[in-house]
Amino acid sequence: MKREAKRGPVFTRRALIIGGVQVAAFGALATRLYRMQVEQHDRYATLAQQNSISERLIAPERGLITDRFGTILAGNKQHWRALFMLSEARDPHAVLARFASLIALSDDEMARINHDLAGRPRYIPVMLKDYLDWDDMARIEVNAPDLPGVIVDVGSSRLYPFAPNLAHTIGYVARPSQTEAAADPLLALPGMRVGRSGVERAQDEALRGSPGVSQTEMNVHGQVVRVLNSDPGVAGDTVQLSLDMGMQQLAGQRLQGQIGSAIVLDATNGEILAMASEPSFDPALFDKGVPETQWKAWMGDKQHPLTDRSTSGLYAPGSTFKPTVALAALDCGAITGATIFNCPGYFKLGNHTFYCDLRTGHGDMNVVSAIQQSCDVFFYRTALAAGIEHIAAMAKRLGIGTDLGVDLPGVLPGQVPDREWARKRHITWVQGNTVVQGIGQGYTTVTPISLATMAARIATGVAVGPHITRRIAGVMQQGAVAAEYPSLGLDERHLALVRQGMFEAVNTQAGTAYAARLTLPGVAMAGKTGTAQVHNDTAAEEVANFNFANVPYDERPNALFVCFAPIEAPRYAAAIIVEHGIWGAQSAAPIAHDLMTYALTRDPAGRDTPIGPRLSEAGLAPVLP
Amino acid sequence: MIAGGRRPFHDRSFGLVRKFLRINWLFVLCVCALAGVGYAALYSAAGGSPTPYANDQIYRFFAALMMMLAIALVDIRIIARLAWPAYAGGVVLLILVAAIGHVGLGAKRWLDIGGAHIQPSELMKLFLALALAAWFQRASHERVGHPLFLIPAALAILVPVGLILKEPNLGTAVITAAIGGAIMMAAGVRWWKFALVIALVAVVAPIAYHHLHGYQRQRIETYLHPGQDRLGAGYNIIQSKIALGSGGMWGQGYLHGTQNQLDFLPEKQTDFVFTIIAEEFGFAGSIVLLGLLFSIVAMALYTALRSRHQFGRLVALGIGMNFFLYVFVNLAMVMGLIPVGGVPLPLISYGGSALTAVMIGFGVLMSVHVHRDVEFSQDEF
Repeated sequence: MKREAKRGPVFTRRALIIGGVQVAAFGALATRLYRMQVEQHDRYATLAQQNSISERLIAPERGLITDRFGTILAGNKQHWRALFMLSEARDPHAVLARFASLIALSDDEMARINHDLAGRPRYIPVMLKDYLDWDDMARIEVNAPDLPGVIVDVGSSRLYPFAPNLAHTIGYVARPSQTEAAADPLLALPGMRVGRSGVERAQDEALRGSPGVSQTEMNVHGQVVRVLNSDPGVAGDTVQLSLDMGMQQLAGQRLQGQIGSAIVLDATNGEILAMASEPSFDPALFDKGVPETQWKAWMGDKQHPLTDRSTSGLYAPGSTFKPTVALAALDCGAITGATIFNCPGYFKLGNHTFYCDLRTGHGDMNVVSAIQQSCDVFFYRTALAAGIEHIAAMAKRLGIGTDLGVDLPGVLPGQVPDREWARKRHITWVQGNTVVQGIGQGYTTVTPISLATMAARIATGVAVGPHITRRIAGVMQQGAVAAEYPSLGLDERHLALVRQGMFEAVNTQAGTAYAARLTLPGVAMAGKTGTAQVHNDTAAEEVANFNFANVPYDERPNALFVCFAPIEAPRYAAAIIVEHGIWGAQSAAPIAHDLMTYALTRDPAGRDTPIGPRLSEAGLAPVLP
Repeated sequence: MIAGGRRPFHDRSFGLVRKFLRINWLFVLCVCALAGVGYAALYSAAGGSPTPYANDQIYRFFAALMMMLAIALVDIRIIARLAWPAYAGGVVLLILVAAIGHVGLGAKRWLDIGGAHIQPSELMKLFLALALAAWFQRASHERVGHPLFLIPAALAILVPVGLILKEPNLGTAVITAAIGGAIMMAAGVRWWKFALVIALVAVVAPIAYHHLHGYQRQRIETYLHPGQDRLGAGYNIIQSKIALGSGGMWGQGYLHGTQNQLDFLPEKQTDFVFTIIAEEFGFAGSIVLLGLLFSIVAMALYTALRSRHQFGRLVALGIGMNFFLYVFVNLAMVMGLIPVGGVPLPLISYGGSALTAVMIGFGVLMSVHVHRDVEFSQDEF
């Protein structure tokens, strides 16, 4: 009981202090209640009445998307629309019937309006008709007394100044579905859009913003007498991309009329400077709703214009895979810089013969000259010596067949086979499978973005991750600093051999891409061509005087090119794919030449114009009907 | 040996009936009155209908009332022995929430067990009060000042607070910390130690904030200022203030509140239930309700002061503090004084999780009241 002697009184004292605080807190609440309910009653009573001074929520302006120098890639333009304030109409269905007699409404529109009328909280207005013209507006205004609750106001729709050049990368927005609108009241506001693909989808949350409130005084007929207070809300954040619009346009122009993809990365931090995919489409169509005929045309188009080839097109890498195979073999010790394989023009394994592109043979080849001249036989033997496991592991280290964490939706990783992969698919892996891996044929598939990543990683020896978002509301996002990326842990001497081979491929007469060498003084690029077959039948090509130009278009090989520059301190890396372009040197390398020339003369990497979150207030000039 | 010369409680062979009669029936009456007010408010919230809220809630209340009375008859020393196991169980549940919890409203707070939603942070507040009370029950006045004695107690507070913060549920985390702090204060921890902790938090918080990434800071900003969110909390608070203010002295009459009946408040049956009473019964009705709520807090403090063992005192104080904080945070939010949301008005708001947790706490409180004179042996707690 001794311990009770002192702590009892201490408890009593302190408990009474705590009790005193509680009394004071209740006192404060009561005082506040008195002030609000008794002293300020008149003010609040008026406000309550004036919930016929109606508060209407306004959809916020969607955030802008800009390139790294502030060029607007996605903005908003304004148009007229008719909204219906449920709280102001005593008989909404009668009003709706009168409205429909003035303005033509389709059955679909009627169904949507009726659905909204049934299920909306009263403070969220219902959209009656979007994109009004002058005649419609005049008819509504003249009949205003008969249309209580109907108001005409300005809405905004998405504007893509550079469509369709950027359609895949920026993506598009569309009206939220009924289920989405039911789940999030913000989306139920008329005029709200959700991002459905590309950056619009990846950064949807930042772009949305938060809604504003407009206080309007209504008369007994539900007509707006005056606007008391209008708060436009907070516009969505400006999303600044790493793209350089000039380079992007150049990429689009150079691909025009062909099918393929072109990507330029900042090799030191993986920022995407240009990313084009052709053919393309007009993203603005999704904002209003795609006409059914257009949709059917897209679906029926064999060239799949809606597909973003840059991130989800799967291609055999062809010879652009050879630097990876070389690094795998060097890394596991299967070959060294001094290893020489003789190329007689073919390679026999068992009773199967694998041919080199050069039927007469390259003679004695080391790893540098084999990359320079794209000797197939050297890489058949190198792949066999290294083994498929090492090749697969190196490919994944360089960014192929693995999730790169790109901040865009729908990015495919591609695939690199290994024994585990084959076992799961019940494929009996034979040595011949490994041999063709050496020249990037067979089961390996890459996306252009992973190929560009491979080029950047070989160029820098650092595990850079490709990404496109640079700043949101002016705040620099993760991934912009080169030091954030870990080293690949590859032997510098091995990397030097492969880079030397790629340098000689572009800058020596014997190289496969000599014609695409840079003509700028004092700067050189390194690269690797590729020609990847799209069908498995090679027998035809063994005929003398065979010419791809004579085969049907769909069966011609794809042309590929990867490169980086400047050779001494790589800053830019690129990957180009032209479907059915036949020779990488002929179709893909010239595009890379132009893009690299642009990149090196303008040098956009590491520079930007920081855009604050307030740019959207300036917006684009309103375009009213 | 026995203070005041009275015989210890356990020596009088009290049967269940005597225990039952020792329950503070005035307290039970006040609890039932509050549930009655809740029924009326929910009836009005549904536009003058017992469904879907009012009947549902009153059935839950009766079940919880039975549970409360049952717990009241359990010997407080048995409850004391269960304090630490309950605390450990609570922490495990919180970790489970973090691992597999249900994501609702952007935070992981709920756990699905056998189809029932439970929110472990609600129970954790009670378990923390029990555990701390058990800890300080063993302490003499001198020992309370010893750092080696205080550090485990501080850790016992920090672990659940940290886990609740991670959910993230800032409101409940602050309430939990405040309950822990109140118990330590009542146990006799020196004032300057509290000052030290507060000073430390004041110094560390800005530094920690400074070291966060830009996007993490943005997230915290949005959490602290829901008022910018016009469709959510911001809209509700504007409408809730209008409802309160338009009530006036005597109110607009039951079932005649315009804000309420015209559906200007989307969540009026849960966090904003007070506005219904305030609008329809005015300042007069609000003050009666405030008085009822205060009587609960006051009677909890009375039970704490009457208890002759430290465990009972501290537990009763902690439970009273929990109820007080619920009420204060909810009402301050409804009146637009503080921005933090997500705290219901206990016994009035629609919903089962908070009701059950509060009634279990009241059961323990009544057990303290019934067993206020028992003697804890030196080692027993």
